[in-house]
Amino acid sequence: MHEVIIIGSGPAGYTAGIYCGRAGLNPLLIASSVEAGGELMKTTEVENYPGFPAGLQGPELMDAFRAQAERFGTEVLLDDVIEVDLAGPVKIVKTGGGKTYEAKTVILATGAAYRELGLPREKELSGYGISWCATCDGFFFREKTIAVIGGGDSAMEEATFLTRFASKVYLIHRRDSFKASKIMQERALNNPKIEVIWNTEVSELLGEGKLTGIKTTNLVDGSTATMDLDGLFIAIGNDPRVWLVENQLTLTAEKFIQVDGRSSKTSLPGVFAAGDVIDPTYRQAITAAGSGCVAALDAEHYLSNLK
Amino acid sequence: MAAKNVTTATFQADVLDSAKPVLVDFWAEWCGPCRMVSPILDEIAGEHADKITIVKVNVDEEPALAQQYGITSIPAMQVFQAGEVVKSIIGAKPKPALLADLSAFIN
Repeated sequence: MHEVIIIGSGPAGYTAGIYCGRAGLNPLLIASSVEAGGELMKTTEVENYPGFPAGLQGPELMDAFRAQAERFGTEVLLDDVIEVDLAGPVKIVKTGGGKTYEAKTVILATGAAYRELGLPREKELSGYGISWCATCDGFFFREKTIAVIGGGDSAMEEATFLTRFASKVYLIHRRDSFKASKIMQERALNNPKIEVIWNTEVSELLGEGKLTGIKTTNLVDGSTATMDLDGLFIAIGNDPRVWLVENQLTLTAEKFIQVDGRSSKTSLPGVFAAGDVIDPTYRQAITAAGSGCVAALDAEHYLSNLK
Repeated sequence: MAAKNVTTATFQADVLDSAKPVLVDFWAEWCGPCRMVSPILDEIAGEHADKITIVKVNVDEEPALAQQYGITSIPAMQVFQAGEVVKSIIGAKPKPALLADLSAFIN
């Protein structure tokens, strides 16, 4: 029986591992067999994580998180959780590798996956012209021509933010109106660097080794076009990874795991959640790390009250 | 035991002329998912050595091979049988998913 099992290996999961480890809880962290490290593994330069004035690579940062968690006794397992049963005082966690674990507490830090367009080569070009995070990568597109795909608040926010760097921002949306909030729409539509392309979808990604352009299709008349681009930001939403718990825990209207105020407490006792799986708004490595710490402290407090 | 590294020079003998199906794992040092899937492939190789052989091609060292087999995204796992690619698996997947993809060869 474990004191705590942490599911997820991004900044939230590993920070929870550090704090649970230092609290003497011998945490087991189930990291995913092929996606350990979370979204930062798909990023190249990370320059906004505090403590690293020269910046570093996303995978480097996650290696450091992992090493720190392991230093304090976190056991990191490269396996995939396929089922959990969180209702009782003994939480059951089953993995794809065929193992079953029991714990008094579980911390869910499974993150939220950036929604992809689903085009060929999208993964290959990720980090080489294709990005899902304007705050993370906008800096690298100074004086460049880029496009943002999307029609919600994220897309408006990203496009507007990116005009600080880019010389031109195309905002490509598959409908003829945005679903973003009025104020966000106005900011984007009134920005002289932003040109909106309505009723259009990206049909192909172009470029060897890095993105050089896209092919688009007009959904109204079927016409196609080719655009030269230095960068493409995909802002079509993100899907919190809640499939393990969606029938066991209360979710928010947007399908994130619901937590109590600023704590990590979910609707079940002894079950805590942290990072992007609870946060539709901020979604930064540092906010996730902070959230992981909160979850560890909540779990520790819960365990000490069990005694 | 790590999978054998195959080069242009040894490709004919190690892959094309093999009596058993051969899974060629195209990878690179800088490819994180490649490194994650590598130990999984080593396990599969060990467990099913009688049915399938697993080898690796480093795309940085062997760009001609990568180009010849149209590799544009890694990890890319190509299964060869009688000198031809008969199955293509792109992207890192967990072990159960890879075993399912390879079921025709290992069962």
